[in-house]
Amino acid sequence: MPGELLLEAKKLSVEFATDEGVVRAVSEVDLELFAGETLAIVGESGSGKSQMLLSILGLVAGNASVTGSARFKGEELVSAAEHRLNEIRGSEIGVVFQDPMTSLNPYLTIGLQLTEPLRLHKGATRKDAAEQAIEMLKSVHISEPERRMDQYPHQLSGGMRQRVAIAMGLICRPQILIADEPTTALDVTVQAQVLSLLREIRERFGTAIILVTHDLGVIAELAERVNVMYAGKIVERGSVDDIFYRCRHPYTEALERSIPQFTEIRPARLDAISGNPPNPVHLPSGCAFHPRCPYRLDVCDQSVPVLESVGPAHAKACFYEGPLLTVTESRA
Amino acid sequence: MSSTNVKMEETPGPVNLSDAPPGRSLWQDAFARLLHKRMAVASGILLGVIVLAAVVVPWISPYNYFTPEWALLDTPPTLHGGHIFGTDDLGRDLLVRVMWGCRVSLMTGAVASVVSIVIGVLWGAAAGFVGGRVDSFMMRIVDVLYSVPFIPFVIVLVVMFGRNLFLLFVAIGAVSWLDIARIVRGQTLSLRNKEFIEAARASGVRGPTIVVRHLIPNLLGIVIIYATLTVPSVILFEAFLSFLGLGVQAPMTSLGVLVSDGASDLQSYPYQLIIPAIFLALIVYCLNYLGDGLRDVLDPKAR
Amino acid sequence: MSDPILSVQNLCVYFELSGDGWFGSKKTLHAVEGVSFDLAKGETLGIVGESGCGKSTLARAVLGLVPITSGAVNFAGRDLAKLSANKLREQRRHLQIIFQDPLSSLDPRMNVGQIIAEPLRSYFPKMNQQERQVKVVEMMRHVGLLPEHINRYPHEFSGGQAQRIGIARALILQPEVVVCDEPVSALDVSIKAQIVNLLADLQAQFGVSMLFIAHDLASVRHVSRRVMVLYLGKVMELAPWDEIYRAPRHPYTQALIQAIPPADPRRARANPAKPLGGELPSPINPPSGCVFRTRCPHTIERCAQEVPVLRPVGGSFVACHLAEQIARPEGFQ
Repeated sequence: MPGELLLEAKKLSVEFATDEGVVRAVSEVDLELFAGETLAIVGESGSGKSQMLLSILGLVAGNASVTGSARFKGEELVSAAEHRLNEIRGSEIGVVFQDPMTSLNPYLTIGLQLTEPLRLHKGATRKDAAEQAIEMLKSVHISEPERRMDQYPHQLSGGMRQRVAIAMGLICRPQILIADEPTTALDVTVQAQVLSLLREIRERFGTAIILVTHDLGVIAELAERVNVMYAGKIVERGSVDDIFYRCRHPYTEALERSIPQFTEIRPARLDAISGNPPNPVHLPSGCAFHPRCPYRLDVCDQSVPVLESVGPAHAKACFYEGPLLTVTESRA
Repeated sequence: MSSTNVKMEETPGPVNLSDAPPGRSLWQDAFARLLHKRMAVASGILLGVIVLAAVVVPWISPYNYFTPEWALLDTPPTLHGGHIFGTDDLGRDLLVRVMWGCRVSLMTGAVASVVSIVIGVLWGAAAGFVGGRVDSFMMRIVDVLYSVPFIPFVIVLVVMFGRNLFLLFVAIGAVSWLDIARIVRGQTLSLRNKEFIEAARASGVRGPTIVVRHLIPNLLGIVIIYATLTVPSVILFEAFLSFLGLGVQAPMTSLGVLVSDGASDLQSYPYQLIIPAIFLALIVYCLNYLGDGLRDVLDPKAR
Repeated sequence: MSDPILSVQNLCVYFELSGDGWFGSKKTLHAVEGVSFDLAKGETLGIVGESGCGKSTLARAVLGLVPITSGAVNFAGRDLAKLSANKLREQRRHLQIIFQDPLSSLDPRMNVGQIIAEPLRSYFPKMNQQERQVKVVEMMRHVGLLPEHINRYPHEFSGGQAQRIGIARALILQPEVVVCDEPVSALDVSIKAQIVNLLADLQAQFGVSMLFIAHDLASVRHVSRRVMVLYLGKVMELAPWDEIYRAPRHPYTQALIQAIPPADPRRARANPAKPLGGELPSPINPPSGCVFRTRCPHTIERCAQEVPVLRPVGGSFVACHLAEQIARPEGFQ
């Protein structure tokens, strides 16, 4: 049963004016996030997933223009004043970025970085903030939290740094945590630690999570609903089971098939997606995926498909109506 | 764009690659971006105009820079009557003298900078690339030379060898290379660890060839930036030396000499100071803006 | 193995670090500790390990790009570790490397043609420009690059295409051994498969033997028949892929497998990825005995006292005192 609607984006678009022309990084995206749920956004480079997140937070670059609407609990963020966005960022919407070495300030101690949001947003005293910070470090399973408070990021391992980054994102107990590729830079065993941590956080604090990643394994572990993005648009959305067992968009299918899996059967070749990811400056006409699509029809390079429902809470943007080749029995 | 599967059956006929389109090198990229920077472009154009004037005006002017004209001492600038900038205290046309001054200052800037860059790049690249004790030794020499007081050094040179233009170039170049050497060494150290250098070693390229083929082209960016910033400081330094009387021999002049001469009679004939000072300032400003613009487009981190 | 093309024996690579302050003793970083393996002609050996396991250092040591502290790298009857710089350079034409990040392993100031031709210039100085170009174009076709792009610069290519340039450069001398240092890690998901397929095709076509380095087991599945698992510079397990899959015998290998999140929501719900507890010890001060013991669920006293030797157990080589007793964990399929 979905809880309160926390985040609602309608026709959200992000455009950049560049020397080579207007680049549409995000193209009329609709999004909904309910309290306590985990929403995954899948996409590769050029899909616009990061820009979309940044536009919700008001963190896009100066030469970007954001149109459309993104409402947080009914309050419009796109046109919000900078000081209001500052209040929301960190305290009601927390963020974890991909690379903890660049998202953590190498010149400040962990303690300072953790207590800063508390003192800023909640007006906590230094002592209170430090106590809460130590509690949070314990929640993210960092050993010897008191000692870590005085350490610097480079003194911690990659996995620990990412956990500190998660702690920072959560320190003000935000309702939404946005995690942009949180495990991509991590080793697989460390990734498992972070995934387990995110599950725990979800349970303990009831935080809604927007998880941006290209790793299908991570999505299968954590996500409840999934949006698949390609060239700035959402091409398929549905529950995690819909996407894995009943996917309807050729890109989603191609993605699932091309990823090397740790399974017994070893086909002679991986199912590669032919062609290259789209160049945001020169997008193909019609459906952006059509040059690489094995199910391409004539109409695909002329018109742009829109999202149409194919099941309860499952939609795809594709003209091809036939069955996809993926044999879903092998996954059942 | 590119095929994904290896096609073994393709007939490898001779390919006419003369129509293969040229790629867009990083230099071309940078140049294109530079053209968007208005201040840098304006500075470049203004500098070009000054250089052109410095070359052309003394040629076409009926006056020269050394013949005194006793009847026309210290005449102020007039738009008609020939001496557009007026004359100096010996009746010499100030326009031609200022243009000669620009020539000397720019030449000094150019030559001394080239000398210092060549020495600095070779020294810094060698130190950075070889590393270890050789590097330490070479950089200690740089440190020691930094501490040599420059003015007394130049005075000693002038006393020993007399005043001539060439000596001036050498003296200035001999000191300015230190900065470049340090910068280039730092950059070489960071380039040395880049994978493409490792790749070159793996491809069998020998040490010295790596320096010439891989390091130096990648260093040029930063060298150019520092060159455009070195040139104005060299020009100012030459002006300073000339102001002190250690620079070019009269009647040859430089902007520094003109400023010095003009300053001695500031009350009565301010134009004799103001005009050369404006030119000096313009040249230095333009070079600085150009250097800033170049740094913005060539800085690898800004990409 | 009969007549391997490459035979590494007890390879150790240590780095000296400066000690603390003026009087601190010098510290040694044990990057690679006693690694031995053979590579058969035409084979691909997968080398898997996480950050800090020394796989990149191992790759470079085999090629002589980093100095070897002790041990032997036998290739074509010679020990590369003992060769002079000149002789080593001569041998390099037979052992090439593909780097992880194409954009930093290609000189940004050189165009594609120059980059791919460089190995030819080093080893065939008598070749003229025309002849070189013919070979370059041929190689570009093999790796799926259009010859018209020969004048382009690396930054004008996408990640996947730039990696093809690196592959072309590595193969143009038709080396016998190619070390692939995480060749697809830096690439987009949809491109990884293309490049892996390309490498497999090229291997079949040119008959090269490969060392394929990756940081997880799934990545090596398609290209290698045998896999070597490294941890903190030491070999934990060396086995054919099928053995690793059916019966991983080393606790670290088992942990690696259990940590992989399956791309299957039902399996993930039933059996989520299991993290490996603890932290990676410092390679400057590795644990005594078995380096994995600080995180191993099966540690016994002997593990701290005696370094386990890589020995045959079932179909694999395992470095663990308890290899025979450790059954595959429950619920693993």
